Amino acid sequence: MKEIFLELFKETLDIEDRTLNFTDVFKEYEEWDSIANLSIIAMIDIEYEIVIENSVFKNINTLEELWDKIQEHK
Amino acid sequence: MDKKKLSLYGKKILVTGASSGIGRSVAIENASQGASLIITARNRDRLNATLNDLVKITSEHNAICCDLTSKDDLDKLVEVVEPLDGVVLNAGAVKLAPIAFINDLTVNNLFEVNVQSSIRLIQRLVRKKKLNKGASIVFVSSISTQKATIGNAVYNATKGAVNAFVKSLALELAAKQIRANAILPGFVHTSILDNAKMSKEELEAHLKNYPLGRYGKPEDIAYLSTFLLSDKSNWMTGSLINLDGGFSLK
Repeated sequence: MKEIFLELFKETLDIEDRTLNFTDVFKEYEEWDSIANLSIIAMIDIEYEIVIENSVFKNINTLEELWDKIQEHK
Repeated sequence: MDKKKLSLYGKKILVTGASSGIGRSVAIENASQGASLIITARNRDRLNATLNDLVKITSEHNAICCDLTSKDDLDKLVEVVEPLDGVVLNAGAVKLAPIAFINDLTVNNLFEVNVQSSIRLIQRLVRKKKLNKGASIVFVSSISTQKATIGNAVYNATKGAVNAFVKSLALELAAKQIRANAILPGFVHTSILDNAKMSKEELEAHLKNYPLGRYGKPEDIAYLSTFLLSDKSNWMTGSLINLDGGFSLK
């Protein structure tokens, strides 16, 4: 499941040239911008049926923290 | 003060989505202009809070709890209201979804709340002859129909549908001297936007797109609604009016 999440994240941001790690600070990716931000929140909403409020999302920095947040809501 | 000089004196006006934000402000401002209000919303507690504020202004107001997406609720609402001199269709929903993440649920929900419920309500009011001669119908649409924003494609499409409906409605009802217009507000800071996932920093950055230097307040929309509901605008129909602090100029 965790690996599928990484694939969904890559696909959402059109990242094809590298592998992602859960320790990555994803907001420092060169692909990260306001559309990426919207898209990741929307992807999690649709794929996991979890709405992460912006106030919560802005305090999430690594992929691990994002995954943990999804697990919290399950 | 002579109440009869108020611009909406003696007018009976229905406002949807009146429990908060723009709808609440529209109700309060129009009551202070002498109108008798019928307010609707889904949340009974918040609706009653608006009603309590209205009765401090004048006494002749009613609150009817109503889910506009329920045909039964709509039928009951139209059954109990006395013939109206004005309607403000303000109830609406917003959800951000980039194109790749639009799904049927988002499309269906937004079109149901923003378009279909308004069409059903107007259809029933017309059919049941609950709109007086000279009545004015005001839709709260969006400036997003004139200037696109990212992540709002479905919402913008719903408001585009509203704009098109307003024009046809205005034409069909003109023979009865019933008018229909739409207000197209720019960004108004209300709780609906707390769900729009914009951070404080993004809000501050977006503000530079507003030449008048501020976002809209609910009262800005309320003041224009008063004019559109009053007889002072009685040669105005089928108009889509930008109300956006200059946002659409840039």
